[in-house]
Amino acid sequence: METFIAGISTLSLARWQFGITTVFHFLFVPLTIGLGLLVAVLQTAAYRTGDVAWDRMTKFFGKLFLVNFAIGVVTGIVQEFQFGMDWSRYSVFVGNIFGAPLAIEGLLAFFMESTFLGIWIFGRGRVSKRIHLASIWMASLGTILSAAFIVAANSWMQHPVGYTIDAKTHQAVMTNFWAVMTNSTFIAAYGHVLASAFLTGSVFMLAIAAWHLRKGHDLAGFGKAARVAIVVTVIAAIATMFLGDNQAKEMEAQQPMKMAAAEALYNTESGASFSLLTIGDLSDNPVFQVRVPHILSVLATNTWDGKVLGINQIQKQAAKKYGAGSYVPVIWVCYWSFRLMVGLGILLFILGGVALWLVRKRRLEKSPRFLRFATWMLLAPFLANSFGWIFTEVGRQPWVVYGLLKTSKAVTLISPGYVATSLIGFTAIYSLLAVIEIGLMLRLAKIPPVIETPEEAERVPELIY
Amino acid sequence: MLLTIHPLSPSGLEQLWFFLILVLWLGYFFLEGFDFGVGTLMPFVSKDDLDRRVVINTIGPVWDGNEVWLLTAGGATFAAFPLWYATVFSGFYLALFLILAALIFRGMAFEFRHKREDAKWVRWWDRAIFWGSALPALLWGVAFADFVHGVPVAANATWTGNFFDLVKPYALLGGLSTLLLFTLHGATYLGLKTEGDVRVRAHKIALRLAPLTFVAVTAFLAWTYQTAHTMHHVGLVPPLLPIVGLLALAGVGWLVREHLEGWAFIATALVIVAFFTTLFLNLYPNVLISSVSPHFDITIVAAASHRYTLEVMSWVALIFTPLVLLYQSWTYWIFKKRVSRPGEANETHHTATNV
Repeated sequence: METFIAGISTLSLARWQFGITTVFHFLFVPLTIGLGLLVAVLQTAAYRTGDVAWDRMTKFFGKLFLVNFAIGVVTGIVQEFQFGMDWSRYSVFVGNIFGAPLAIEGLLAFFMESTFLGIWIFGRGRVSKRIHLASIWMASLGTILSAAFIVAANSWMQHPVGYTIDAKTHQAVMTNFWAVMTNSTFIAAYGHVLASAFLTGSVFMLAIAAWHLRKGHDLAGFGKAARVAIVVTVIAAIATMFLGDNQAKEMEAQQPMKMAAAEALYNTESGASFSLLTIGDLSDNPVFQVRVPHILSVLATNTWDGKVLGINQIQKQAAKKYGAGSYVPVIWVCYWSFRLMVGLGILLFILGGVALWLVRKRRLEKSPRFLRFATWMLLAPFLANSFGWIFTEVGRQPWVVYGLLKTSKAVTLISPGYVATSLIGFTAIYSLLAVIEIGLMLRLAKIPPVIETPEEAERVPELIY
Repeated sequence: MLLTIHPLSPSGLEQLWFFLILVLWLGYFFLEGFDFGVGTLMPFVSKDDLDRRVVINTIGPVWDGNEVWLLTAGGATFAAFPLWYATVFSGFYLALFLILAALIFRGMAFEFRHKREDAKWVRWWDRAIFWGSALPALLWGVAFADFVHGVPVAANATWTGNFFDLVKPYALLGGLSTLLLFTLHGATYLGLKTEGDVRVRAHKIALRLAPLTFVAVTAFLAWTYQTAHTMHHVGLVPPLLPIVGLLALAGVGWLVREHLEGWAFIATALVIVAFFTTLFLNLYPNVLISSVSPHFDITIVAAASHRYTLEVMSWVALIFTPLVLLYQSWTYWIFKKRVSRPGEANETHHTATNV
């Protein structure tokens, strides 16, 4: 009985720890991926045109990119080791399959981004301009590749493929690596994750450029940066929404409970309506709801009258298939995180659309109210990314590997004191990091770049750090 | 979950992966070993902020790539030996937490220190660099000594001990050995990569550290040898590798005195390779020794992934490892120039410098 109680609290502590460290880590990762590509684009423009304004923007956003990259790297180390620390039973169960993409990510992607970024930071003026430009592209490619392997690993947890269960050791054993890397869940999720990462990068760039444009700093440079950011924002927002919708169909087929929880849809419906907003609780009898008829069926099944399964029906089926127990995730978390993610995504699309319209009317620089709005929208992609992952991870519960391993059976059998210690430790460290990081970012983002002549811009300090 | 302990000897593929995991750790300790040393020595070889910046810039372009060896070693262990990964990282819970915390602050320090000119800001990050380097240098040695000496693992790879079972005298001696060894390695690296006063100070420190390191490492290897579980294994009886390592260590002082800086660095690298290879050979055919009973030792066979995973991983390693080695060496080539205080480059010319 005692170990039973200990097991429960270790479980909830370990879940909190994973949630906190992962959400924190993933604040920085999409910005690294998105801004890395944008800095490479800025530098390519500088290289092609020889215009110092492009070069200024490369340096300016490059500096912010590096501050962000550093914190992504150091929090990423924790990610890799906490599977073993807190989820050792999970690690033994999935290691044959889950470990492979993690190792490959290190070998293919992390070496590439860190090594070429080192060349990029220290190589300006020391290597040829062409190699310097190539190094930021290689680093950017590394970040894009790293996302592929980690999303493939996560997709296997959402929808296991290419495996069998070893009868003797009860481990999941890989039978087809190609199947793991071409998992339909992975293809759908990777596109959505990448598009939202580019969106994060572009909105970040637009927000900061907008601030400087409003203050009248370096109009030539920030005008250019803003235009690049706006184009990318529009394209990435459309891609994020389109690929997200595609993912929803995949989800309805593979994890119907997650979809039902996202909608708080208790009973199976044909031509189901989409709930925009609910006031009161999310039980069967809400106080007030705004619903759009048929839209949920369209979203989930692509047909006007398609059947969408309800929580009660799926629970009954699951209990029959997997044995007694609750198979319903925390509904209010799923419902609200899903809505907030989608809502913020639409808002960002509107941001990009309005900005594009202002650029075409040549009014962007003369619209202080819009520029102020654009700066505040800086927060939106980070929130949307977090809500998206919270939704997809909470929505998979009680499973850690869907249909194969429950989260409660995955946690390390260790005294809760250890987990509590590291939970408090990591939370304290991460809070401190957040304060330092945000302070430094704001500081650097507000200092306008120095306008230099081409000769001055070429000068390289003897000591970089 | 019931784990059947196979009495079989490991297959060729499993042996290969045991060897590859060793190679990844060797890569990590060889490369981040001097990073740790450089960080630990920073307060001792610098007289002012400019010196400290020189010291940091010697590893600036490479420290992050060096740390990826750790991530790859961790990921490869997860993939090839899930039970090893799971048991070690859950068992060394608090030690690993301390290492991670140290690595976090240290990595941030390198990137953030120069971003503001505020003296207080810089001072805090200097502390992070010192402690963030010295602490992992010590703790990795403690952890690896524990692997060899045995940890409180009972049936089904469950831990029965606590944090204090991991800090026995033997393990502490192991930690002291790696701390001294990495610091010495950092000193020979600084001798190779700097100019002027920093270089002179690094030499002096290397001369003073070499005998201390020799004593600690000799004592640790002798103790390891005496309590070895698997004395009959190649490389330990006769103890060729430890002797090669100790000879190299004995030569470091002389090489530094003769200004053969490149050779001195190679010598400290060789000691690191001999040191950790000895420990791994000592483990074989286990990956973890149980201090409870030899029945609970975790063998390579029990810990390993199935054949298919190992095959896939072997192909990936075969194709991409040479590529990584190629471009990582290329970085060292690009940044091969010594780092000096601005305006003082090439001021000092030693007659015999590099290899």
